[in-house]
Parts: sequence; C-alpha cells; structure tokens
Amino acid sequence: MAVVKADNRGLRLASRYAVLILVAIIFIFPLLFMVMSSLKPSSQLLLDTKSLRAFLPVGELSLQNYTDAFVRAPIAVFVLNSVLITGVTVLLCLFVCSLAAFAFVFVDWSGKAVIFSILLATLIIPYETIFIPLLLMVSQLPWVGLEGFELGWLNTYRVQIAPFIADALSIFLFVQFFKDLPKELIEASRVEGASWWTIYRRVVMPLSGPVIATAAILKFLFMYNQYLWPLMVVQEEAIRPVMVGLGYFTDQLNVPWGEVMAYLTVITVPVLAFYLSLQRVFISSVASTGVKG
Amino acid sequence: MADVKLKGIKKSYGPVDVIKGVDIDVNDGEFVVFVGPSGCGKSTLLRMIAGLEDITGGTLEIGTRVVNEVPASERGIAMVFQSYAIFPHMTVRENIAFGLTIAKTPKAEKDEKVMEAARILQMENLLDRRPSQLSGGQRQRVAIGRAITRNPEVFLFDEPLSNLDAALRLDMRMEIGKLHKSLGATMIYVTHDQVEAMTLADKIVVLKDGYVQQMGAPMDLYHRPNNLFVAGFIGAPSMNFLDVDIVSQDGTSAKVNSPVVAEFAAPVWRDGVGQTPKATLGIRPQDLRPVAEGGILEGTVTLAERLGTETIVDIRLSHGHRVLASLGEDRVFEPGEHIRLDFDHEKAHLFAPATDQEKQAAQSAA
Repeated sequence: MAVVKADNRGLRLASRYAVLILVAIIFIFPLLFMVMSSLKPSSQLLLDTKSLRAFLPVGELSLQNYTDAFVRAPIAVFVLNSVLITGVTVLLCLFVCSLAAFAFVFVDWSGKAVIFSILLATLIIPYETIFIPLLLMVSQLPWVGLEGFELGWLNTYRVQIAPFIADALSIFLFVQFFKDLPKELIEASRVEGASWWTIYRRVVMPLSGPVIATAAILKFLFMYNQYLWPLMVVQEEAIRPVMVGLGYFTDQLNVPWGEVMAYLTVITVPVLAFYLSLQRVFISSVASTGVKG
Repeated sequence: MADVKLKGIKKSYGPVDVIKGVDIDVNDGEFVVFVGPSGCGKSTLLRMIAGLEDITGGTLEIGTRVVNEVPASERGIAMVFQSYAIFPHMTVRENIAFGLTIAKTPKAEKDEKVMEAARILQMENLLDRRPSQLSGGQRQRVAIGRAITRNPEVFLFDEPLSNLDAALRLDMRMEIGKLHKSLGATMIYVTHDQVEAMTLADKIVVLKDGYVQQMGAPMDLYHRPNNLFVAGFIGAPSMNFLDVDIVSQDGTSAKVNSPVVAEFAAPVWRDGVGQTPKATLGIRPQDLRPVAEGGILEGTVTLAERLGTETIVDIRLSHGHRVLASLGEDRVFEPGEHIRLDFDHEKAHLFAPATDQEKQAAQSAA
C-alpha cells in the first residue's frame, strides 16, 4: 500500500516537472533562437529556421554580427540612454506611486474613494490613445534648465521620462499591498511619535519589498520596450532608446537578420540582469512576521 | 505619572453609537482593567485614550491636560497591542529603541534605556535577534520593552495576552503585574478574560453596549455586583440564576421560594428588588455545598468534572432548570445521583426579575 502511494507521489511529481519543463522550453526557445542566430551568418540563419538547427550552435559560428551591428548603430549610446531613461523612471515611479498609495491607504482625507475610482478607471485607457494630445502638450511645455528658459520638451530625456512616472497600475499594486500590512504597525508607529514621512520611510517601505520588485519589473519592461513615444518625440540620435535603434537595421530591403539578432541579444542583457537581481525579493516576504498570524 | 479622567466620553461611527457616555477616573499609579464581552466598546475606549480614534463627545484628561485634540504621540502614553505590532524588519534592539530613535535621543542614552528595558524583561540576550526568531511571549515582551523605554505617563494594553497559549499567558500575566509594581505607572488594560481582570486590577470597569455597568475593586464586583450582567460576567463558572417569588419582605431581606427553590430569607440591597412579587436569585457555584438533608435545592447529577482541587457538578433540577456547583474538593459523583444543595443564605443575590435572555447573555458573556 505504502509503495503504491509512493509511486503515485512520484508520478505526480514527475508529471508536474514535465509540465514545468515544457513551459520552460516554450519560454526559453525564442531566447535560444535569438542568441544562436546572432552567431550565424544571415544566409545560414535563414536556412536553419527550417529545422531544429535554428536552436543549436552548429555551422559557421562567429561574433561578426556583433561587430557589424556595433558599426551600424551606436548601440552603447542607445543602451545607456534606455538604462538611464528606464532607471530614472522606475525610481521616480516607485517613489511617487508608493507615496500616492500611502495617502490612499493610511491617511484620511475627503474624496479619497472618488479619486481612487477615477484613477482606476484610467487603467482602461491605452497610452497610444493619448499620445497625440500628449505630444501637442509636451511640445508647448516650458522648462527652466541649465541653459535658462526654453519652451517645448521635444528631443529631451525628460519628455521620455515625465509622462510615465505616475501610473494607475503601479499605484493600484501598492494600494493592494499596503492594505494587507498590519494596521497595528502603523498605529504603533504613530503612538511612538513617528511622522507620516517616518512611517512611510522606516516602516512601510522596508516591508514592501515584494510589491516594490513587482512594480519595478513591470515598469522596467514597459519603459525599456517603449517604441512609439520616443519615435514621436525624439529626433536626435544621441538620446534615442534601444527600441528606436532597431530601426537602423530594418530600413533596407535586405534585412541583416544576424545583426538584428546580435542587437537584440545585447539589449536583452540589461532586462535579464534587472529581472534576476529582483527575483529573490519576489520569494521572500517578511511583512507578516511581526504580528501574530 | 498621571491620572486619566474620562468625562461623558462618547463615540459614534455615523449613526451608530459605540460608546454612549462613559465617566471613568483612573488614579495615578492605578492598574485599571476594562472588561466586557466582544463589541462592548472596551477596545474603542482604549484607542480613544491612545489617540487612535477621534472622540465624538466628552472630555479626556491625562494629567492636568485635556487631550481630546492632542496627537497620540504627545499624550505621554505607550501602547501594547494584541498582535504585538513589532517591526519585522528590525532587530529587537531597534524595535525597543524605535521611539527613542525617532525622538533623536543621543546614542548613549538610547543604549542605556534599551539595556534597562531588556534587563527588566530579561531579554538581554535576545537584542540582536529578529522578531521572526522569537516566540510569541518574547515578541510581546519586545512590545512591552518598546513601551517602557518611552517612560510614558500611562501604559495602555489592548488584550496583550490573547494570542498566547495558556501557560505563557499565566507567566506574562504575572510579569505584567510585577512590572506595574516596579514601575508604579498608571496602566489601563483591556481584556475579555475576567481572570486577568480579577488578578491584575486595582479597579475593574465592566462595560456592556457602550455603557459602564460597574466600576470598582475586583472583590467588590465579585461580592456585590450591581446587576445581573456584572454578576454573571465576573466569576467562573458563571453565577447560577433562578426565578423566585417573593413571599414576604422587610427592608433588608426577603423570603423567597419557587417550585425548585425551598423557602429561605435572602438579603435585599439592590435597587428594583421587591417592587414586584418576582425576583431573580443568583447563587455562585462556589457557594453551593451538598447536604445530607434539607437544603434549598435538590436534583440529579448529570455531569461531574474532577479538576483535582475542585469538582464542578452539573445538576438538573425539576422543571428543566439546572445549576452548576463548584465544590472545593475532589469528590466522585455518578451521573443520575440524587443531590441536595444548600449555601450560606447571606451570600444570596437577589436581582430585579430578568428574562431568560438577559440571564443567558450575562452567563455567556463571561
């Protein structure tokens, strides 16, 4: 009897792993294809797509595509631009959206429910529908910088950052997480004399690792993948992000697929690095250990 | 240290009145316990004193100040929560020092106060641990430590022991009692556990439905409960209640009987007793004792629980009534055994006639 049970458990475990492996393969194959193709000359690359060779390091392998890609486009500039724009936006977004959520959850003020409902309603509006009015608006916005007063934000870093700092989804994520934090921790802090700012900085945020990671990853992916908006507002090569840089490889009749794959491989590295660095935070959640569960 | 005065305190949430006008005086250095069934408003009252709930009406004084509008942190109070409310991302040391850190206390002074609190609570060796590495009792000690370091005028405890298991609860109860003696601070303590209330309190405040039912020393409440609710709530097992008829009465006593109660004279001192020919008789289970002959009650044993030092006997009387007797000895009873009971008639409690519902509510609240 015990043997049968053990067998059943083994079988269940095996089938579970089989499903997980299958899913992993589905997710990993495009990446594999990208990396392998970036090492092959374009002629072989296209032939290989007809078989499983597309995923294998076979044939004539070299780093030539990378050399060519770096010659064709200022990849380092694009990657740095994207990392800068994305990094600054993510940091500002985490700060602004968590503060907004803090006000929605912990501070009492009239009209809170109505404003939160309106905020949630904006979730259904795609960015693409507001890009034209947004473009008209940012082209008229004033700015006081190092070079004095200027009008219009086009062709700047800030036009790629500011419109995306606050967003309903991030605020919503923070609100949901904050609601689950034990109320007593906030009350205890108040009794101890903590200001709202101290409670935010020393109690709430240190306990919000999981939601910070989630919001950061979602925002990072959204910002890193920005294409349409930078295409509309940025003409200068020096401040273009990576996705717009892809255009350097597609404006000819003959697409250099090997170079495209090399380019994509290079620009995927920051995304993977960012994701892997936050992965651990997803798993560990300490928020509930301070109160009796 | 300070006294706390609640004058006509009221609390409403929209149209719902939760606290309906409460007057309580807590003297300097006194240990006052608020007790009552769930929903009686005891925690709300404590949170109003703490400054975590607005006060709808009345005035609250701590020391010589009216603090209705004073923020929690400036009321000179410290609070210990039922769920401990210690910060999981900080070490025990950081938790205890939290208030001092916020107040930007110099490091030397902070360290000294933390060590002092740790010494009082015997947790010097736990200072560098995180809450997740502590047991429930230790976590609650950290919360108390945090309260001590603030050197508050008034300590507030909101059911601090209800999350602990029975053995630990007894230990912590004694520790809190000792802490009160050593600090001499004013303490207000909320619990639904009347044993905690009886053992810790200098003064007990019994609350029900947003009103104070009675306020006084534990033994006053036990021996001279104002009303049926307090009588049923204080004491375990709960007081037995039986309907009786008043046969005759003079100013201080009344002869009562009923189909299940043999006639005897009971003292009368409560308002409302004797105005009608009916009354409710209350007898504490501890006052009943078995007798060979006579007695005022007789019935059959349905269940006997032997606890070693006492035996709790469930007795079925005629007409569907039942009483519990708590006998201060280990005795064997067989179910179905016939038993006669008597008690010191001076210890009888006569109340104005109560409905079965009221009797049940009083007994089940305990």
